[in-house]
Amino acid sequence: MNWIKLKNNGKIDINSIPTLKIEQLREEIINLNLRPVAFFGKDWGNNTTKLFVVLADDKNSELNVSSAIFNQDEKCYESITQVLPSFHIFEREFYEQFGIKPLNHPWLKPLRKNQKDYKFFEMEGEEVHQVAVGPIHAGVIEPGHFRFMCNGETVYHLEIMLGYQHRGVEDLMIKHPSNRLAESICGDSVIANNLAYSKVMETLCDCKVSKRAQLIRTLALEMERAAIHIGDLGAISGDIAYLMGASVFGATRTLVINTMLEFSGSRFGRGLIELGGVNFDIDNEKIKRALETLTKVEKDVDRMVKTMLKNTSVMSRLEKTGVVSKEKAEQIGLVGMAARACGLTLDSRFDFPDECYKFLALPRKMFKGKGDVNSRFKLRHQEAMESLDISKRILEMLKNTLKEEVKTNCELNLPKDTMAISIVEGWRGEIVHIALTDMNGTLSKYKIKDPSFNNWYGLALAVRNNGVSDFPLCNKSFNLSYCGCDL
Amino acid sequence: MFDTLKSRIYQGNQFIKDIKNAPMREQFRGLPKLCNSNCNNCKDCLNVCPTGALKLNPLSIDMGKCTFCGACKNVCKTGAIDFTNFYKLSTTKRENLIITEDMTQEEFSKIAIEVRKEIKRVFGKSLKLRQVSAAGCNGCEMELNACSNVNFDMGRFGIDFVASPRHADGLVITGPISKNMAYALEDCYKSTPDPKIVVLCGACAISGGVFQQSSELNREFLEKYPIDLYIAGCPVHPLTFINGILGFIQGK
Repeated sequence: MNWIKLKNNGKIDINSIPTLKIEQLREEIINLNLRPVAFFGKDWGNNTTKLFVVLADDKNSELNVSSAIFNQDEKCYESITQVLPSFHIFEREFYEQFGIKPLNHPWLKPLRKNQKDYKFFEMEGEEVHQVAVGPIHAGVIEPGHFRFMCNGETVYHLEIMLGYQHRGVEDLMIKHPSNRLAESICGDSVIANNLAYSKVMETLCDCKVSKRAQLIRTLALEMERAAIHIGDLGAISGDIAYLMGASVFGATRTLVINTMLEFSGSRFGRGLIELGGVNFDIDNEKIKRALETLTKVEKDVDRMVKTMLKNTSVMSRLEKTGVVSKEKAEQIGLVGMAARACGLTLDSRFDFPDECYKFLALPRKMFKGKGDVNSRFKLRHQEAMESLDISKRILEMLKNTLKEEVKTNCELNLPKDTMAISIVEGWRGEIVHIALTDMNGTLSKYKIKDPSFNNWYGLALAVRNNGVSDFPLCNKSFNLSYCGCDL
Repeated sequence: MFDTLKSRIYQGNQFIKDIKNAPMREQFRGLPKLCNSNCNNCKDCLNVCPTGALKLNPLSIDMGKCTFCGACKNVCKTGAIDFTNFYKLSTTKRENLIITEDMTQEEFSKIAIEVRKEIKRVFGKSLKLRQVSAAGCNGCEMELNACSNVNFDMGRFGIDFVASPRHADGLVITGPISKNMAYALEDCYKSTPDPKIVVLCGACAISGGVFQQSSELNREFLEKYPIDLYIAGCPVHPLTFINGILGFIQGK
């Protein structure tokens, strides 16, 4: 067997993972042609490096895990990216961290160590000019550098150089793992990251979480999704100078996050999820208020979106702007909301459901996306409404039933030589946390993959042949994370 | 057109009229309230604090490090630690952020912000800020954006975020300052015309927060240049930010 199969929130003995030659592993990966969710190296002692690969089989809800070992003198291999472009960023990361070179990689650029000698792709020609933006941007957002190759107003190519946000999160996670650190991996996906961290640790320690706590966690995750989507609908409105939308969506988002504040003492749900459950239960009075608020939010958002979509000047900005075709999306391995907006069906809530989503048995809503800003706008609306609906359903469930403890004691007794994986569908897409322990039962590797890691390249493709002035609009429709990618 | 107008009328006015006395939900974790005599030195709180913000003998919490997660309160069996919903957590002196039993809400409010005449004269009616996210997690950034939304509407006080440091009267720094952002931050500071102020926003900027032990940070900027205002929170609540800035430029 060249692969070992694993479920989401499952663990395996590291020694049971097949170790192949890199040539063989490469062939296997190309033959399977599945979606990569992890591709990372680890020092394996005696100057050797072990490469772990996790591929997602979405149809069968299975994860395929395998590995290859590189000896001291093996410093290169034939890149997988030339055949499967979705591996491009994973191979870049592996090269940057371990110096093992993927040969014939078409885009072997630094990922996080970008400060010196970064060679931008350049076009030449009398009319061609460059526009450089960042790292500090005009708005109150995170840093990153964008380099546009333009002809007049039209963008031919955009290159995105990140790394400014690199804080060494993965190393910190090994030394000082905590729920609070997980919450700060990416401050707009507080719940999703904290949930992924909690689940991966709970999986390692065989810690069971009560049903009520699971429901509260899922409620928080769906409220986070709704709040961000509504906020981004406002940001998109702002970028097309439709200020009415920006104001209304801004104000309705406030209602959702203030409900979160009532539940957890923080507008983004910080301090809510803890290993073993959640720190706060929700009483009936709060549930009643939340139900009223969320019903109002549903009504207000729906009303505003409908008003906007009837407006021709709005539609002319949204339609056919920033298109990523379904084929390209699949090739470069887009995930999450950005992929769904291109017409792909990827959603780890359904592809890799955890116990709680299985229990909720939600219907899977399809979305016929065309990959433009309009699709991403409409999808955000659909998903926000869906999440509000799920939140209300969970609140009704919590009302009078399932009175039980929301937190159990979770002792961090980690097993030896084990690997655990947890995938959580945050509002952007799949957030993957993988933890490895060594022979002493201590954490030896912690790998995080944010959906932005896959999706930044999608934004670069989206702006091709669009006006420079449409860049902010395209950017907001994706709203990718800098810190999630830079870690 | 009429639909848009209808939506406008339907929404009404949503801004918080009296921002200095805006009510805060009781669940909000703001200024800590400590009771030293209840503390039995069990050290449970020290073990759960993610940032080492707590000290015993006497019991104190450093709000410059605190993420306001409430873990210490949850673990304390003797009720020595509590959090009030008081949200005006800004100060002009770093050491004021270290809260002990004696530092009540009234006491903190009294000493927190030292009003300088020249600040009031120059920036009292208009303050344009350039925000620099130096490895911030986007939490503080989202809250700073919220300051300008229709609820908080910071612009009515003449306080705005501007696109260029050349247009700014000061910097607002969020995040623990990564090595990769150190140069851009300093560059931005140098590009801002004098007189200028520097505001540290959030636990990460003030102390490194949960990232303080990371080897990927470069916080030399903070030793080189004077800091005028510290605003505590993780992330900083919009009311905390707006009241902090208002207190600093207008006095109480």
